Amino acid sequence: MVEVDYGLTEEQLEIRNIVREFAEERVKPVRAELDEKEEFPRALLDELGRMDLMGLYIPEEYGGFGGSTLDFCIAVEELSRACIGVSVSFAANALGSYPILFAGTEEQKKKYMTPLAKGEKLAAFGLTEPSAGSDVSGIQTTAVRKDDKYIINGTKQWITNGGEADIYSVIALTDKSKGPRGASFFVIEKGTPGFSFGKKEKKLGIHASATRELIFEDCEVPAENLLGREGMGFLLAMKTFDQSRPGIGAQGVGLAQGCLDEAVEYGRHRVQFGHPITSNQAIQHMLADMATKIEAARGLVYASCRAVDKGGKGVSKISAMAKVFATDVAMEAAINAVQIFGGYGYTRDYPVEKMLRDAKILQIYEGTNQIQRNIIGQALVKEYASKKK
Amino acid sequence: MHIVVCIKQVPNTTDVRINPETNTLVRDGVESIINPFDENAIEAALQLKDEHGAKVTVISMGPPQAESALRDALALGCDEVRLVSDRAFAGSDTWATSYALAQAIKSLGGADLILCGKQAIDGDTAQVGPGIAEFLGLPVVTYIRKLELLDDGARVRVERVFEDGYEVIESEMPVVLTVLKEMNIPRLPSLKGRMRAKRAEIPVLSAEAIGAEEEKVGLKGSPTRVVRIFSPPKKTGGMRIDGTSPLDAARLLVEKLKEQRVI
Ligand SMILES: Cc1cc2nc3c(=O)[nH]c(=O)nc-3n(C[C@H](O)[C@H](O)[C@H](O)COP(=O)(O)OP(=O)(O)OC[C@H]3O[C@@H](n4cnc5c(N)ncnc54)[C@H](O)[C@@H]3O)c2cc1C
Ligand SMILES: Cc1cc2nc3c(=O)[nH]c(=O)nc-3n(C[C@H](O)[C@H](O)[C@H](O)COP(=O)(O)OP(=O)(O)OC[C@H]3O[C@@H](n4cnc5c(N)ncnc54)[C@H](O)[C@@H]3O)c2cc1C
Repeated sequence: MVEVDYGLTEEQLEIRNIVREFAEERVKPVRAELDEKEEFPRALLDELGRMDLMGLYIPEEYGGFGGSTLDFCIAVEELSRACIGVSVSFAANALGSYPILFAGTEEQKKKYMTPLAKGEKLAAFGLTEPSAGSDVSGIQTTAVRKDDKYIINGTKQWITNGGEADIYSVIALTDKSKGPRGASFFVIEKGTPGFSFGKKEKKLGIHASATRELIFEDCEVPAENLLGREGMGFLLAMKTFDQSRPGIGAQGVGLAQGCLDEAVEYGRHRVQFGHPITSNQAIQHMLADMATKIEAARGLVYASCRAVDKGGKGVSKISAMAKVFATDVAMEAAINAVQIFGGYGYTRDYPVEKMLRDAKILQIYEGTNQIQRNIIGQALVKEYASKKK
Repeated sequence: MHIVVCIKQVPNTTDVRINPETNTLVRDGVESIINPFDENAIEAALQLKDEHGAKVTVISMGPPQAESALRDALALGCDEVRLVSDRAFAGSDTWATSYALAQAIKSLGGADLILCGKQAIDGDTAQVGPGIAEFLGLPVVTYIRKLELLDDGARVRVERVFEDGYEVIESEMPVVLTVLKEMNIPRLPSLKGRMRAKRAEIPVLSAEAIGAEEEKVGLKGSPTRVVRIFSPPKKTGGMRIDGTSPLDAARLLVEKLKEQRVI
């Protein structure tokens, strides 16, 4: 069977093979149980660590594989094909690591990235707060310098891997008067006095993923845990999202592909009116649209990965496009997969019920799809305004 | 500690077909894999390596294509591999195969522990493990599901499974063991391991390299004569009871048995 040629390297094809095998043999058999019990996939992440995959995006000098954004997104896609509760628990480590990789000193990178690369520790990213969702400038958490320490106070909300991770990249205001320009990133380790967790959130989907509040009460953090310089926080957050959004796109592509796989298989065997339901053109058209949009989304996500690795102006727009398009495709694919399954699709006996519940988060986290469209729109207006007539 | 694991490449199918004209297995269009029990043997070796430190060498006798099974073994973290391959081996039965593998192990300087699968899913004889032990003059314990090292690796204690129970056996090393599925869950390859394995050279051991005597290998060295080999006729007749519930099905079954005056 001819596949669309994305020009993947031998290494990338191998990443796909290896993660696909893992998803089939390890994730699929337990995904329904993890979902039902709302259980964090610790054993799966440990095994991904032994398989060198937790260090996929981490440079070789810190024990990682030194993979590109596309390498990483291929892995995320394959995991997502089986379960995005598992894939987000995997991908959130990268999200938590990017501020360290982008702004950390050699010493900080060595200290925090090495155990992450081996999968011995997990990371998380703490930005969102009760008053700062889409509007990042609403953050209230403060970091006040006192001698060789910062005193952190405030609450982060809905933090993926919260409570499970060991290493947290957290943004806080070091200078309230400057607004967003006064924000800075810190690495804060689990177990630091004054740092605790709220209860685990009860969510619609991605039950395997742990989402908790991070609570800082006069939490003393050594000054050397500051990432980069004071005031760099906001820019660092934006740079992190430019890097991470294709990963959410990859989750969308994987989930949508999983929906298509299930829908076609089921439809070929479900007989009504004397023939398989896939012999109805109405069903075939749904499948055809699904398959076509998935391929388009995959193309956009892969291309955006390459753009992100090249860097430069306009990357925010491209990575936002990948996120918004692929996750909208995923939502539609999940809805249609349930439709093709009919009543069976509405029950927990079949995986598409979970896929539909899971899909919704993709349009919400790492910036809602409205916010992605704002980013794309604003970039377009700027782009055209700066064009010489 | 040097551990040698013997693996066989087999077709990935439980439904082995036989060509009625040539009396040989139909291998066309069937993907090749490591014999599943041999994956458990590799895993057992790698666990010993992780815990106690060991060198794990994997050997396979077969045609040049069997190289891919050895690459898979390298990707899992085995240290070395050898492909035992030579035209002179063609037509080897279990006796000649065991002899060649035993010679190969000798040529590697022997081993402290030799692990085989319980049986190959295509040939199914379960003879090669014990055969190797015989040629090397070593003790053998078959069908094991648990393995631990005693006295710093001087001896092993294993659990040998029967249909209705198990034996706990201790043996001196070196020893040959054949392992069951229950032994462990084989690991998946690591990415770095897979990339290393892709580029690795797979050393080949010829009949000469292992010092095999000409009349003991291949067709000449194989006392077994296959008289006839055939696919068993498909079972016919019989009856399937589909009840809407287990209770229903049981009721139907009892009815039928009464009808036939069985009960
Ligand atoms: C399961 C889960 C995991 C998460 N993981 C993390 C994590 O690891 N780290 C982290 O920092 N955060 C995390 N988040 C937070 C997530 O990124 C935010 O929920 C998201 O950015 C939206 O913020 P909000 O929920 O406050 O919605 P709001 O900002 O209150 O938005 C509500 C609605 O208004 C719309 N809206 C708001 N402003 C505009 C606008 N200007 N134009 C158009 N529409 C607008 C939004 O699109 C949305 O539909 C997670 C959230 C969830 C649910
Ligand atoms: C007359 C005759 C001629 C034959 N000619 C050929 C031939 O030309 N080509 C051919 O491929 N087969 C041939 N065979 C089949 C071949 O002899 C058997 O496949 C082989 O001896 C292994 O036996 P088995 O499959 O029953 O393995 P088992 O004895 O069931 O295997 C037990 C364990 O021994 C080890 N083992 C078995 N085979 C190998 C191996 N090759 N390398 C490493 N470890 C191994 C594995 O650990 C395996 O789990 C012939 C058989 C006969 C009787």
